Amino acid sequence: MAKPVEQLSQVIVRFAGDSGDGMQLTGSQFTSETALLGNDISTLPDFPAEIRAPAGSLPGVSGFQLHFADHDILTPGDAPNVLVAMNPAALKTNIKDLPKGGTLIVNADAFNDRNLQKAGYPTNPLEDGSLDEFQVHAVPLTSLTVGALKDIEGVTSREAERSKNMFALGLMSWLYGRSVDATVDFLNAKFGARRPEIAAANIKALQAGYAFGETTESFAVTYEVKPAKLAPGTYRNITGNQALSYGLLAASKLSGLPLFLGAYPITPASAILEELAGYKHFGVRTFQAEDEIAAVGAAVGAAFGGALGVSTSAGPGIVLKAETVGLAMMLELPLVICDIQRAGPSTGMPTKPEQGDLLLVLFGRNSESPVPVVAAMSPSDCFNAAIEACRIAVKYRTPVYLLSDAYLANGSEPWLLPDVSQLAEIPVGFATAPNSDGEFLPYLRDEQTLARPWAVPGTPGLEHRVGGLEKEDRTGNISYDPDNHDLMTRLRAQKVAGIAGDIPKLEVDDPDGDADVLVLGWGGTYGPIAAGCRRVRNTGRKVAHAHLRHLNPFPRNTAEVLHRYDRVLVPEMNLGQLLKLVRAEFLVDAVGYNRVTGLPLRAAEVAAAIEALVDG
Amino acid sequence: MSQGNGNGKLTMKDFKTDQEVRWCPGCGDYAILAAMQSFMPELGIERERTVFVSGIGCAARFPYYMNTYGMHSIHGRAPAIATGLATSRQDLSVWVVTGDGDALSIGGNHLIHALRRNVNLKILLFNNRIYGLTKGQYSPTSELGKVTKSTPMGSLDWPFNPLSLAIGAEATFVARAIDTDKAGTTAVLRAAAEHRGSAFVEIFQNCPIFNDDAFDYVRDDKEGVNRIMLRSGDPIVWGADDEKALRQRSDGSIEICAAGDPGVLVHDAAAEGPSLAFALSRVTQETHGGTPVGVFRDVVRPVYDDLMAGQIAEATETRGVGDLAALLHSGETWTID
Repeated sequence: MAKPVEQLSQVIVRFAGDSGDGMQLTGSQFTSETALLGNDISTLPDFPAEIRAPAGSLPGVSGFQLHFADHDILTPGDAPNVLVAMNPAALKTNIKDLPKGGTLIVNADAFNDRNLQKAGYPTNPLEDGSLDEFQVHAVPLTSLTVGALKDIEGVTSREAERSKNMFALGLMSWLYGRSVDATVDFLNAKFGARRPEIAAANIKALQAGYAFGETTESFAVTYEVKPAKLAPGTYRNITGNQALSYGLLAASKLSGLPLFLGAYPITPASAILEELAGYKHFGVRTFQAEDEIAAVGAAVGAAFGGALGVSTSAGPGIVLKAETVGLAMMLELPLVICDIQRAGPSTGMPTKPEQGDLLLVLFGRNSESPVPVVAAMSPSDCFNAAIEACRIAVKYRTPVYLLSDAYLANGSEPWLLPDVSQLAEIPVGFATAPNSDGEFLPYLRDEQTLARPWAVPGTPGLEHRVGGLEKEDRTGNISYDPDNHDLMTRLRAQKVAGIAGDIPKLEVDDPDGDADVLVLGWGGTYGPIAAGCRRVRNTGRKVAHAHLRHLNPFPRNTAEVLHRYDRVLVPEMNLGQLLKLVRAEFLVDAVGYNRVTGLPLRAAEVAAAIEALVDG
Repeated sequence: MSQGNGNGKLTMKDFKTDQEVRWCPGCGDYAILAAMQSFMPELGIERERTVFVSGIGCAARFPYYMNTYGMHSIHGRAPAIATGLATSRQDLSVWVVTGDGDALSIGGNHLIHALRRNVNLKILLFNNRIYGLTKGQYSPTSELGKVTKSTPMGSLDWPFNPLSLAIGAEATFVARAIDTDKAGTTAVLRAAAEHRGSAFVEIFQNCPIFNDDAFDYVRDDKEGVNRIMLRSGDPIVWGADDEKALRQRSDGSIEICAAGDPGVLVHDAAAEGPSLAFALSRVTQETHGGTPVGVFRDVVRPVYDDLMAGQIAEATETRGVGDLAALLHSGETWTID
């Protein structure tokens, strides 16, 4: 029996449950179904660092938020319209984000005395009236799932219970008119060969959830969100870490250099190592090192041998790599170090995003040690940012930092697939012959780029030695000469500063061209800042937005852009790191909007900060 | 730029650079450098396919004096850097030159992991049992109670036995040489070069400034009363008249006996298990009155870089050369017109 269909332009759903409840899988499958339907999407997984925190406890709650719409969207959304809470702890930690009138679907079976106590509920919120302002659907997900699976042989009752996330997914799929076919295929592929009965149980639970929606009187209507009118082309859903991995593969192809990845497992960067380990047929060498230092050291060694050397990590690993990055800067060899920033300091909050490492990667080395820095702006943009980092590294024979963060890494969005044949090649130009009267001078620089020649072992006649000691201009021989050190220090700085002429100018989004306030952002805050600006403009106010991809050097027109506006707001997920640079470098009296919650900035809070400045 | 002696063969001269050697007069490093430069032509590997990687310390200057490719890197990290190089370039002959502080203190972690992986590296540890470049602090191989500038009342830490450490770290080739013993050093270097995988060579090296005469008992041992030469297949005997010998106790440890006694050990560097090599590594001047020299262990085990190249070949064979466009379009895609 068909129920009435209500049209919506956008929905934000949040799945929340125990870290063992399979919320990440549920969320990512709902995302796949939604992407295939043609909605624009943006996702935010939010999970604890513990693999299995004590069941039912508040710290063990894992969440996955999905924003989908019939128009282009920029963020995973500030607050959910629909919250699916699998137990009291998930309800307790998430209900504060659900606006009044929001839809709440809970697993009624999980609201027993023990779980209520663990979550710190003195009374059952499903019975004490505290949820009256929400549209509550208390569904006995566990018992319905177990009931649906009772005829499947070889599945334990515990395994049957664990399929309740698929029941919830089936119900949500029905509610929003999503086909479960892709999930059925996924389950068959994941479990079919090894444990076909588990595949069958999950599929049955999924279908039972779907059927429950159709028949229950609890839900009177279903919803439809029409496909978004995105630019024509072929799309896929992609996370930042996946896009970054593909970007590195692309740079390897574009340069013809074999990719060598040295890495040590660390959240949230490990997925890049795991992803690239699967592409050996691309000639990729992945080296899981004994520590962070060896990981980047091996990448430098590979670069000396003529590979595209890359090392991936997060802040706690980046600090350990500093010494080797300094060496690579001195050796003037191409190297890309990816910092998937997480909330700190020290071990901090491993699974949560922050922009706290900007000053670390810019200055965290001994002495004058300039390193270019490139930052990705969205999950899919990690692809382009990775190629750009590799391009600069190869062309200028320098280590380059590529900044992403835990939100970009795990978050996803539709990606308009690029035409691979249109990607610009990365010329390498290995040295093959002596460069000065029959002699090879390893530090004789290219006049334009100031890059030194890259002569790899195996090239006869170009045998040479490099090292971390200061070297004489041109010859590269060890030199402690005072004037030579001054010259070399300036040459290394000049080389990196000169890259400004080889990167795009800073673009400004200022629709009317007469805003007084400029919002300057960098990296992963692109979505919430752009969304915040939209909101502000919808109120009739004017605001301009510029977003930095290159943090060192800055685009060559940065000063001009900054001085064009009366006031400059710099929102960051740190306590004002770009802000410090802007004030120091450009003598601009910019102000910051700074939050370090371990969550992406919200469009609403950015909008409020902008409005305060515009009105102030 | 000299390219051999005219008949295509390289000579010692080809391996010298124009850089002034800056070690202290009398340093054992000179002898090791000379041995290396004269031995390299024998190897038959082109200079351009030879790479020396070092860390920090006196020994770490070594690459500057070898006319090959070279990198003087950072303290303790040479095995890690060389691992990346050797793993991505199987065609190269990669040598690591390190010291007791570089390899066993700040770089201990990299050393043991390079050895267990069996990366195709030749690691030469110049052991002078002291920190030289920082002017005379005790090192991780200094004897307990060593009085130095940083230990005026004597050092408190028990030293590493480099060979025991290497064997414990699953090394497939372990040897010892003495700086002034050119023939012995050359023989050990040749065996190391011929070993595919990680080769670990400890070279006793005299520091005349901060720890002079530390190895006199074997360096100046003209009569051969202290050197115990290890030769696979031969009984292990030594002394002025080869009157002393080694044999194993029931617990595996080694004791001295007379050469004519029953049960004299016959050396077998290729023994699969590490027990014999380990027991021999525990034979020291202090404990046994003799010091074994030569190849302790030389066994065949899969080599990391070969295994990695094998996986790449296998993946390429079964999946074809990676196609970027196909990869990007893999998974679930949808099209908007």
